[in-house]
Parts: sequence; C-alpha cells; structure tokens
Amino acid sequence: MARREVVVETRNLSMHFGGVRAVDNVDFELREKELRCLIGPNGAGKSTFFKCLTGQLRPTSGDVVIRDIIMTGRESHEIASLGVGIKTQVPNLFDGLTAVENLWLSSRRWHGDRRANTLVKETIDRLELGEIRSSIVGSLAHGQRQMVELGMVVAAEPWLVLLDEPAAGMTEEETFKTAELVREINKTSALIVVEHDMNFIRAISDIVTLFHQGSIFMEDKMDVISADPNAREIYLGHKT
Amino acid sequence: MRLYGTFNGTLVIAGFAILFTLIAPSIFQFFTIITLTQVIGLSILALSLALVWGFGGILCFGQSAFFGIGAYAYSVAAVNIGGSTGSIFIAILAAAVFAAILGYFVFYGKVSDVYLAVITLTVSLILYSLMRRTSGPEYKIGNALLGGFNGTGSAPLNMPGDGSAMLFPMQTFYVSMAILVIAYVFTGWLVTTKFGRVCVSIRENEVRTELLGYDTRLYKLCLFSISAGIAGLGGVLFCVGVTRVTPDVFSLGQSALAIIWVIVGGRMTLIGPILATFVLYFLTSSLGSQQILNANLVLGIILVVFVLLVPNGVVPTIMNWFERRRTKRYERQKERRMKLRKHRAIG
Repeated sequence: MARREVVVETRNLSMHFGGVRAVDNVDFELREKELRCLIGPNGAGKSTFFKCLTGQLRPTSGDVVIRDIIMTGRESHEIASLGVGIKTQVPNLFDGLTAVENLWLSSRRWHGDRRANTLVKETIDRLELGEIRSSIVGSLAHGQRQMVELGMVVAAEPWLVLLDEPAAGMTEEETFKTAELVREINKTSALIVVEHDMNFIRAISDIVTLFHQGSIFMEDKMDVISADPNAREIYLGHKT
Repeated sequence: MRLYGTFNGTLVIAGFAILFTLIAPSIFQFFTIITLTQVIGLSILALSLALVWGFGGILCFGQSAFFGIGAYAYSVAAVNIGGSTGSIFIAILAAAVFAAILGYFVFYGKVSDVYLAVITLTVSLILYSLMRRTSGPEYKIGNALLGGFNGTGSAPLNMPGDGSAMLFPMQTFYVSMAILVIAYVFTGWLVTTKFGRVCVSIRENEVRTELLGYDTRLYKLCLFSISAGIAGLGGVLFCVGVTRVTPDVFSLGQSALAIIWVIVGGRMTLIGPILATFVLYFLTSSLGSQQILNANLVLGIILVVFVLLVPNGVVPTIMNWFERRRTKRYERQKERRMKLRKHRAIG
C-alpha cells in the first residue's frame, strides 16, 4: 500500500515555560485520513502540544507544518482557515446562543448560506440533537454541550480535526456514541484526539502516540502499548 | 426564547415609527417638534452604541467622540461646500475613518475590553480639551472657524443640490425621522446577516470564534467603524437641531448619557435604547424646569435602580414577561386538554 501524504508534521517542536520543558523536541507525523490518539499521564505535554498545533500557544522553537505550509506561531484563525476543525478541552461554546446558531456559525465559515443550512440540519439528525436544537447552550448538561461541540466540528466538514478530550465527563452511553461519531468523521478526515479514557481509545484508535515528560515515548498500536511494561509503568504508575 | 426580534419585528417597529412621524405634528407643540430633531440625533447615538456594545460586546465608553466628530465634520463641511447633503456623507465618513484608524491599533494590538473602554473615553476627553482650545481666528478649516469653547454654527439642512433652499423645522423633523428609521432598519438588518451573527458570536466567546477560523479582529474593526459612522450621522442631526456644535459633545457627561440610555433601554435590543433616549431626554428636560429636584440626581437614581433591579433593560424585560405569560398559558391549555382526555377515557 502506498503511503499516504503527510498532512501534519512537527519538526523539533519545543515549548518551554520558564525552566519547564512542557514539550521537548517532538517530531510527529500524521498522514491523510489517519486517526491518531495522543495519550500520556497528566503533565506529559499532550495538551501543550495540542495548543501549539492549534495556534493557541506559540512554540519556543521548532515548526508546525500543515499540508506543507509552515504554520508556526500563526494565529488560531489562520490555522482554522486551512480547513481545520478544533474542539478544545473545556467545552467552549457560544453560551448565550441556541444550539442551532452554534452549529451554523461553524458551518457558515466554510460553506455558502444554503449548504450551511442543510449541513446544520443533517448534523442535528446525525447527532440526535433535535430536542435541544433551540435551547440556549449555556443551560444544557455537560454531555449535551460536548455533543453540540462535536456537532460544530461535524457541521463544518473539515479535512483535519483536532479534538482535546472529547469524551471527558461523558456518561458511558455518550462516550460510546462519541466513539462511533469519531470513527465516522474519520471516513472523510484525519484526526488527532487527545484523550484519557482508555476504553474510548480502544474503541476508536489505530496508532497511539504515548507522551512522557514532554516527548514521544512510543508510537504503536494500543495493544502493544498496553502490553509494554515501560509504558504501563509510565501510565499506570502515575495514576495509582 | 429570543431576546432580540427577527427582521420582521424590526420592520413592524419601523412602521410604528412612520406612524408616529405622521401624527407627531398634530399632537406636539411646534417647539417640541424642533427639539425632537436633537433628540433623534441623540437616539441615533444610542442606537450606534447598542450595535457595538449590545451586539458586538465592545464597550465603547467614548461613542460620543464619533458623535462629536460627525457634528463638527458636518458643520465645517457645510460652510465650505455650501450644502448639507454632501456634508452629511462627509460627516459619516469622517467618523467611520477615525474609528477605523483608532480601532486598527486597539483591535490588532489585542487590547483587552476594559482598556478599550478607557481608551475610547480618553480619546473623547482629549478631543474635548482640544476643541475647547480652538478659539481665535487662526483655528479654522477652510472658511469655518472652530470657535473654541463657544463652538461653531451648524447650517440647517437644505434640499439636495440647492444650498439656498433650506428646510423648515417641520420638514427637518420629517427628514430626521426618515434618517432614524433608515438607520434603525439598517442596523436591524445588519445583525441578521452573516456579519452580524459572527459579531454576536464574538461577544459570546471570542476565542471560540477564532478557533472556527474567523478573523475576529477584522470583524470587530468593521463593526466598530460602522457603528462610529452611525454615531456620526446622529451627531449631524443633533447639531442641526441645536443649530451649533460645541465641545460639550465630547464631554464626559455626553459619553455617560449614551451608556445610561443603552442600559435603561436594554442593550440586547436596538429599539430599547432609542426609546430610552426619548423618554429620559424629556424626563430630564421637564425636571430641569423646576427647582426642587436636581435632574442629574434623578438620572443617577434611575441608573442605579436599573443596574440593580432591571439589569437587562426595559424592552428585554417586557419581552421576557410576555414570552413567559405565553408559555404559561400554552402549558395550562395543554394540561386542560390532558385532563379532558383522561376524563373521556374514564367515562
């Protein structure tokens, strides 16, 4: 099988906060339509790495390359403008607006008026958001808010999706639904998912990147990683 | 629940405004009609602040700076051109361009909201002391003397293309109301467009809007500039109504008044601030004719009462009340129907 084109690449990416090396010399590659999970204990640098990718943080050194364009230190909106859908760690919505308006704002960035309206309708059906479509999202439950935010990603039809802890704080049923959704998004786009929930990762992932102390510790299938004694110690040692 | 109405709602309100224009001459005294032109100018200032603050979330404490620039630009241009039509456009443009330049540094410099309020207020006060120092024959633009503390005269409106055919006060009132309706319908339309909806999303969550790929700085700059242009238009009508413009348009009091109108009327609506301007203006001017209560004291009390008790403003509170009554009635009907059905099933 021919190797697919690299769409996201980081070269010697480092992010230092004072003396703390949150991300240290990371070389990372994501190919087209790949689904990659980033895991690691708290403080391993996943979220900082994620923020460097989305332009929320300006890396200390190294480069972020998206589709052969060097995007290091660009503004968030410039990175999103390449067709990248981003969901941040904390549910980050337009709290005073309805669910529909939230989806529309996301979709309309990429599509014409009519296409955006159809996409919003389709997304509402797909994610079963019909009941809450006209609710103000600030008044919704946490899981529903997460769903609305995923809907915002889906409604925009991005080619690259960056999700930071999409299953955090969800019920088991919602987690399952999210996993299914992530796999479906993956049919048309590449994904990077930062996640803690092991069951969720097992349900969706192909290759997993394990972060430890700011660098990539290993990159392999989830089964291999969970069988590896060193990896287990990094991960489970910190957790217990 | 929708706090601000649809575009159809805007058109309905515009219809009422036209009705008001037609019956106003028969219910008001001639002197009141003359005063109304000033108040219309002030209400357009309130409208522009409702747009930039209520919808864009940009607290511009010095909206009266653009209002005053519009007034001065009109007065100066009218003397030099010798007609009002072109001068109105020059005034709008002057205010909008000034806001665009100021906004460029503020928004692209990523100045935070609180500082933006301070900066805009400061700009307004700088203009205030600047214009007060322009007395003397050496301070003039073209043929127009700026006049320092006393300000400069503002030419009345005239027929387009004929500088000598001045409008009578009654005609000026009609033109002013027409301009108010146009400005109101325009802003009402603007907030329903993609541009307006994105601006609202910036108010709600700027970071999120950026992550969706919108350049929020550009949107804010455009909104800021458009609203400044509208404020400038308000300044034109105000100075035409007063027949002169003084540095007082830039004063702290003027800036604070605009904020009070918007808070009292309800900043999430466009009509609320307009109505609040009319009501509060006539309230304070009628208080000014007696000696027992100080008008500013009353205004201050009104502001405090509103901030504490009606923080959403009058119009949204009334709209919410109707909305709640309607849902309650609907639920009661539903309950009754359910009971009936149960009854029948048992019987």
